[in-house]
Amino acid sequence: MIEIKDLHKSYKMGSNSLHVLKGINFSCEAGELVAIMGSSGSGKSTLLNILGMLDEADSGEYTLDGVPIKDLSETKAANYRNKFLGFVFQSFNLINYKSAMENVALPLYYQRVPRKERQEKSLKYLERVGLREWATHLPSELSGGQKQRVAIARAMAAEPKVLLADEPTGALDSTTSYEVMDLIQKINDEGNTILVVTHEPDIAEMCKRVIHLKDGVIVEDKKVEQVRASQYVK
Amino acid sequence: MFNKDRWREIIEVLSSNVGRTLLTAFGVCWGIFILITLLAAGKGFENGIRKDFGDIATNTMFMWTRSTTKPFEGLPKGRSFEFKTNDVQAIWDNVPNLKYISPRNQIGGFRGGGNVVRGIRIGAYDVYGDYPEIIKQDPMTVTSGRFINYNDIEQKRKVAIIGQGVQSELYDKGEEVLGSYIKIRGINFLVIGTYKKNNNDGDGEEAQKQIFVPFTSFSQAFNRGEDVGWMAITAHDGSSISQLKENIIEVMRKRHKVHPEDKRAIGYFDLYEQFNRVESLFFGLKAIAYLVGIMVLLSGIIGVSNIMLIVVKERTKEIGIRRALGEQPISIKKQILMESIFLTIISGMVGIIFGALLIYGINSLLDSVGPVDMFMNPSVSVGVVSGALMILMISGLLAGFIPAQSAIRVRPIEALRTE
Repeated sequence: MIEIKDLHKSYKMGSNSLHVLKGINFSCEAGELVAIMGSSGSGKSTLLNILGMLDEADSGEYTLDGVPIKDLSETKAANYRNKFLGFVFQSFNLINYKSAMENVALPLYYQRVPRKERQEKSLKYLERVGLREWATHLPSELSGGQKQRVAIARAMAAEPKVLLADEPTGALDSTTSYEVMDLIQKINDEGNTILVVTHEPDIAEMCKRVIHLKDGVIVEDKKVEQVRASQYVK
Repeated sequence: MFNKDRWREIIEVLSSNVGRTLLTAFGVCWGIFILITLLAAGKGFENGIRKDFGDIATNTMFMWTRSTTKPFEGLPKGRSFEFKTNDVQAIWDNVPNLKYISPRNQIGGFRGGGNVVRGIRIGAYDVYGDYPEIIKQDPMTVTSGRFINYNDIEQKRKVAIIGQGVQSELYDKGEEVLGSYIKIRGINFLVIGTYKKNNNDGDGEEAQKQIFVPFTSFSQAFNRGEDVGWMAITAHDGSSISQLKENIIEVMRKRHKVHPEDKRAIGYFDLYEQFNRVESLFFGLKAIAYLVGIMVLLSGIIGVSNIMLIVVKERTKEIGIRRALGEQPISIKKQILMESIFLTIISGMVGIIFGALLIYGINSLLDSVGPVDMFMNPSVSVGVVSGALMILMISGLLAGFIPAQSAIRVRPIEALRTE
């Protein structure tokens, strides 16, 4: 599903440049649930941004589902993001003057799905995250966990090939974190490929594979025995 | 363009901060209001002045003789001379593009004594000997009977058309005018018509107190022989009398042995030139109205542009989210531009409506207090209004352009970075 070869990325900070990613090689099959771990500054968010086409690598190859990702114009990148990727952010990033349903429908809108169908689909996905009766509520009327579930519904609504989650539980307490992870695991159970950036070991253990980044290189890449989050959820 | 969701968003964004939107809208509203009001005021002034000109054919000159100021071909200076009736044909033969040439004779006028008598009533009026064409150069409405025709000219009929002012002084109310006789300098003329003139300037009353008789009868009755007092010459619409007048005067100089450089021997009044002077005044007024209006509008537009920039800044993160979800940059740009155009046009229309209300108010005020000198019926045409809307559309586009550009310049990753 994802193929990365010798990925480099550096940021220019005035006169000196900061080499963040120093040759990442990584591949991931469809249906995997991968945790990317590392301390802050290890380059994990940069990696995720490059995977999410929000940022471009300086060198290296990136292939997503057989499509080489390079030399993207903003328009093309927007198209690919819309078709291939779903994003879940630490700070939820819902649009606060739109209802939960409208937030979920947003990526479908960019795919020019007709209005009726958009509504049906977004209700379906809200149902799946257990928030159907909250469909007309604004984000400000939802709790943190609920917001993140809306965000996940939004990421899934466009039926992306890969779901990218950047610290999805970073702003949540442990109970709601487990609820969110339970949801992520269930989505993964349905065969979706998910990449989770986290620095919390217990969250990483709930994935099937853990990658450790340190100073811009992968220092460890192992399969783990998945801990089901459902056991913590009442 | 007619995308329901996009419109909903525009409304949502603009109504999210109503006070700010209204203040911004006010700038544009005010600008267009000033523009419309100024143009209407200019138009009102123009209408007033045009009314003073009446329906007179403006492409016209008047020409008369004075005494020569230079000796020429053995003739002394200070010699007086008269135009003759055959000069008319000479002008026709030598100067193209003329529409009417009316030779005229006149008695009365300035310091004219009591020259017209009817029964026991007496009056002092201008009496003109004219050709039928004069009614096209100095328009009047024949209110009863008829005007002079060529039979009158050929048969030298002693007939007269009198103004309403003459009628009210020489006749009782309700008295039959047509078929009666008036005595002009002791000679009876049959009254065959009455007229009314439409112009409204200082001579308004005087213009109703004239008497027109056939040119030939006039010459015979008052002993003018072949003399022509003055001429009214009108050019065809395509050419201007101001350009033709030199030719005409030159023809006259030759025929009357006037020194070619004797500027003062032949007097003239070029109505077209005067009219053009006023026309350029109107043009200047209009230009000033547009300039001032657009300048005021411009400051309103800069206001819109500023607010749109702030809106974009405020929504940086939202724009980042949208782009992460796959919204195309062009779509974001369109959105910002449409918000800006929408805001500009709506507020501009409000300005136009207020301007129209003001014009309406002034008009009904003018109607109720009666006519005012040099001001009448201020108005703006549909053309001006649609022009104003065009200006608004363009300015909305301009106002939104920089903010829209800055909205898509921010990369999604930067926009998403939590502060």
